[in-house]
Amino acid sequence: MSEQNTTVSSSVPPVIDRPKEKPDSPLRRFLGGSAGRNLGLVIALALLIGVGAATAGDRFLTVDNMLTIVRYASIIGVISIGMTFVITAGGIDLSVGSVMGLSSVVATLAAVQLAATQSSWILMVVVALAVGTAAGLVNGVVIAYGNVVAFMATLAMLVGARGLAELVSERRTLIVNVAEFLSATRSNILGVPLLIWIFVIVAAAGWFLLNRTTFGRRTVAIGGNREAARLAGIKVRRHVVALYVLSGFTAGIAAVMMLARTTSGTSTHGTLYELDAIAAVVVGGTLLVGGRGTIVGTVFGVLIFATLTNVFTQNNLSTSVQAVAKGAIIVLAVLLQQRFASRGSRRTD
Amino acid sequence: MFDGDHPAPLLDVRGLTKSFGGVQALRGVDLSVLPGEVHCVLGQNGAGKSTLIKILSGAYQPDGGTISWQGNAVTIANPVAALGLGIATMYQELDVVDGLSIAENVFLGHELATGGVLRGGEARRRTRELLTRLGHGSMAPGREVGSLPAAGKQLVSMARALSRDARLLIMDEPSAVLDAEEVKNLFRVVRELTAQGIAVVYISHRLEEIREIGDRITVIKDGSSTAVGLPVAETPTPELIRLMTGRTVANVFPPATPPAAAAEAVLTVTDLAVRGVFEGVSFSVRAGEIVGLAGLVGSGRSEVLETVYGARRPTAGSVTVAGRALSPGSVTAAVDAGVGLSPEERKSQGLLLSEPIYRNVTLATFPRFARASLLDERREREVTREQIESLELRPADPDRQTGTLSGGNQQKILLARWLVHGTRVLLLDEPTRGVDVGARAEIYALIRQLAAAGTAIVLVSSEIEEVLGLADRVLILADGRVLDTRNASDLTEHDVLDLVLKGSAA
Repeated sequence: MSEQNTTVSSSVPPVIDRPKEKPDSPLRRFLGGSAGRNLGLVIALALLIGVGAATAGDRFLTVDNMLTIVRYASIIGVISIGMTFVITAGGIDLSVGSVMGLSSVVATLAAVQLAATQSSWILMVVVALAVGTAAGLVNGVVIAYGNVVAFMATLAMLVGARGLAELVSERRTLIVNVAEFLSATRSNILGVPLLIWIFVIVAAAGWFLLNRTTFGRRTVAIGGNREAARLAGIKVRRHVVALYVLSGFTAGIAAVMMLARTTSGTSTHGTLYELDAIAAVVVGGTLLVGGRGTIVGTVFGVLIFATLTNVFTQNNLSTSVQAVAKGAIIVLAVLLQQRFASRGSRRTD
Repeated sequence: MFDGDHPAPLLDVRGLTKSFGGVQALRGVDLSVLPGEVHCVLGQNGAGKSTLIKILSGAYQPDGGTISWQGNAVTIANPVAALGLGIATMYQELDVVDGLSIAENVFLGHELATGGVLRGGEARRRTRELLTRLGHGSMAPGREVGSLPAAGKQLVSMARALSRDARLLIMDEPSAVLDAEEVKNLFRVVRELTAQGIAVVYISHRLEEIREIGDRITVIKDGSSTAVGLPVAETPTPELIRLMTGRTVANVFPPATPPAAAAEAVLTVTDLAVRGVFEGVSFSVRAGEIVGLAGLVGSGRSEVLETVYGARRPTAGSVTVAGRALSPGSVTAAVDAGVGLSPEERKSQGLLLSEPIYRNVTLATFPRFARASLLDERREREVTREQIESLELRPADPDRQTGTLSGGNQQKILLARWLVHGTRVLLLDEPTRGVDVGARAEIYALIRQLAAAGTAIVLVSSEIEEVLGLADRVLILADGRVLDTRNASDLTEHDVLDLVLKGSAA
């Protein structure tokens, strides 16, 4: 497929007397645009919902169940938004799950909870975010200034942060006993759980940041061609640090959400979440090599996996069957994405 | 050998056509190659050369036309069939595997083996023979290909063709990645091949090379052959340019307008050095002046440019722009001070190929159009449209994906980037590499216009002719030292080569 593209492009030179290339048909433009790239995801999600409705209609198609799906998706979703930025810039962050666990236990340490009771429950949130951000900063500095490959640097953080979380928590489950924290974070707004609102806000902010700001443009530029970005005067290292800080920050948010959902902090929170997040991002259409990222795609990716889990649970299928289906979906979705991407993109060499 | 008695052609192509979707890439190409000749195929980028090669090497099937091989009509169904006939192709993007040895690369796909067990010694011995036939018997067959320069990789590719008993070797712009010395060596190898009766189809758009190596020429323009089998010796250059471009190019280089003697120095480089690469490089460039850096590959010319730009950290010396010293090793400082670089490797260092044109044009300036970090893509597109208009960039669509543009238009994007930025100092590294003859003249004119508007320009090119044609002054570099600084008008290409070769010998 690629060699065909190459030759076509080299035979379409910019000479004036050359026959004009046929303008793309509206359908083609649509399929090539972001709507088209997301079309496969919409179809996949619709299919899953169809399957859910057919197999467990009465339990599946209820407002409560839909909210359950999105609530389930929200924590991985928030992490996936940060991950989308890192991957768009050509990086990877394997540490998000561990960092989330670490944030959750530090925020629920007796001393922190005591201080939070005396001052404000917000303190627990601040601590969780600070831990996540700090871990991201370490990742970013090691990667950008230490020139360590992102895969290895964040793998080290994955192992290290999990260990640190065990040390800090002494492998115990730390129960959240700040009542204000629980009442605030477990509340509903307009009948929708706060966790879902957080996901919606983070996703909207992420979309805006990626598509409408100089930060987003730098992210895409670095992922698309790091050297060209550097030679155009973009401070690549500084930006890379910022990206991992962002990813760590979203892991901190996820930790707060986890505390709200489980009412406890433990070092095992977020185990393997990094893989779910990466799968959601890539299934969503963000290129693993960088240079193209889509927040909308990521949200769909997260929802697809959450719906899948829900459909399986409603049908009392084992988690092992779920895992197999998940694997199949990842491969299928990526194959589909490539189809749409190559049909949509103009000839490239 | 082909005058008078017309020996039977090895390859005879008639009326080849091919279209992709709605685009007619070939509209009737004839080509007749005799055994043992160097047959040059000349054409601008996009004329259809690549499509022709891909058909001959079996990668594509033609829509119409005939291909005869040694007098018999053939269809070349796939690359293996092409090799079976004896047609080997050396692509521009060399298809060698860096991690394997020379011998392993030569026998890639037809490994010497007994019952699945490789006969490495045999492969190395035969590789050495093949390399000897190419006049490079001293290359070690066990050496890893990744450690070879481009010229070495080409030799490996040629040895592979020989190992397949190729009768016809198609070389796609082999000189594009070589410096002057390596090109000479390549020509020696090509002569070795033709002396053994192997025909070479040599694709290039460098007319000087074709003069030196070619026997006959076929010119392709807009997918049709406009001249078939012209004898090189009897065809004047202006005629070739006319056949290729359809217009007469009177003078490729626009007339020089030397800067006012009173113009102030904008860029001053003092005793700049990077340990082990170059040292003691000093020069200044006045507003409106073009200073060329001439030298062989490895002389340090690109590295000087990159260090001035801050992309490399100097070990000594300073760079001053308009009286202010730049902080060393900082690209951002250079860009902020009004210095722009058009890098040597356009695709890998300059452009986001999958992004639209406008995002490449504004890559150095998009924060300037933004308000409070919010992008203003409408203004970015507007500014890009202005540049497209004034630079005659094609296609004139700011949203077109950059990777689909020709080399000349990609180069214009890089110039547009710095025009938008408003640079006072423009560093150009190989601005016409991979750019066809027509677009080249346009880019030369643009560079001149920029200088006339007061930009200080430093130009690096491996084509000495280009440096002499554009620059006001020339620094001659060899082995990381400045040998001499002269007015371009006092130098000939021969002088420069002479100085350079003496300098590197010393």
